[in-house]
Amino acid sequence: MIIDTISICLICIGIVFFIGGAVGILRFPDFYTRMHAAGKGDTCSMFLILLGLGLYQLHEPTLANFLVFGKIMFITIFIMVTSPTSTHALIKAGFEEGIKMWTRNGEKKGNVK
Amino acid sequence: MYRLVIFLLLFGIWIIFSGQFDYFHLSLGLISCGIITAISSSFFFSNRSKSFGTRLGELMRLPGYSFWLLWQIILSNVHILKMALTPGEIKELDPSLVRIKTNLKTDFGKYALANSITLTPGTITIEIDGDEMLIHSISKHTAKGVKDDTMERKVARVFEGGGQ
Repeated sequence: MIIDTISICLICIGIVFFIGGAVGILRFPDFYTRMHAAGKGDTCSMFLILLGLGLYQLHEPTLANFLVFGKIMFITIFIMVTSPTSTHALIKAGFEEGIKMWTRNGEKKGNVK
Repeated sequence: MYRLVIFLLLFGIWIIFSGQFDYFHLSLGLISCGIITAISSSFFFSNRSKSFGTRLGELMRLPGYSFWLLWQIILSNVHILKMALTPGEIKELDPSLVRIKTNLKTDFGKYALANSITLTPGTITIEIDGDEMLIHSISKHTAKGVKDDTMERKVARVFEGGGQ
């Protein structure tokens, strides 16, 4: 019962973060800022949703369920390592291609190497 | 010795992933872990000069760092969420490029720092060039945050042994 409540809460919070990321991708002005929304929203919301699912699995504390929980945690670790790496790869590719950066006072800076 | 450690690591992961303890599955695991160890064990750790104790120390300090990082990730997401859901013009948005110098020496330390920076509030590492990092930050507030070296000190403590 308590575990159910906690896991539902975690999954809902995760979904809220996902929505934040999606809205951010649509609203932010340029490539770089959109990457912020895309890269971060995904990591955290994925983590929370998977944690929620893992806890739900611990309903009946048998060995098999603990193993499933462990596997889900492995997926989480994998995402935590790969997500920033892919964000970095994309943004570096964009930077080297010379995509202009949006700044507050209207001027656009290019590749400032 | 090195190969034995790799083999035991792989076999442990096999047991967790398969979740079956009958002879058939265990022997399958033994065979496949043996083959992988024989073919590609040299890929796993490039720097083998570190002793086993040092690695164990790194492993022990990792959870503390991970939890701190997790908290930072949640803060960063709240920040992005707040910005994305601001009605009208997004006032806080003020992107800039920041260059910082790092004192970390090992490649893995730099990698860990770059990934941590990408995960924390409103900053993404664009480039690592020697000991300089080029960082894109999304607002004034986050640009200030990345300049102080709390995170770098934490990474140094975990991956490069002791408070350097």
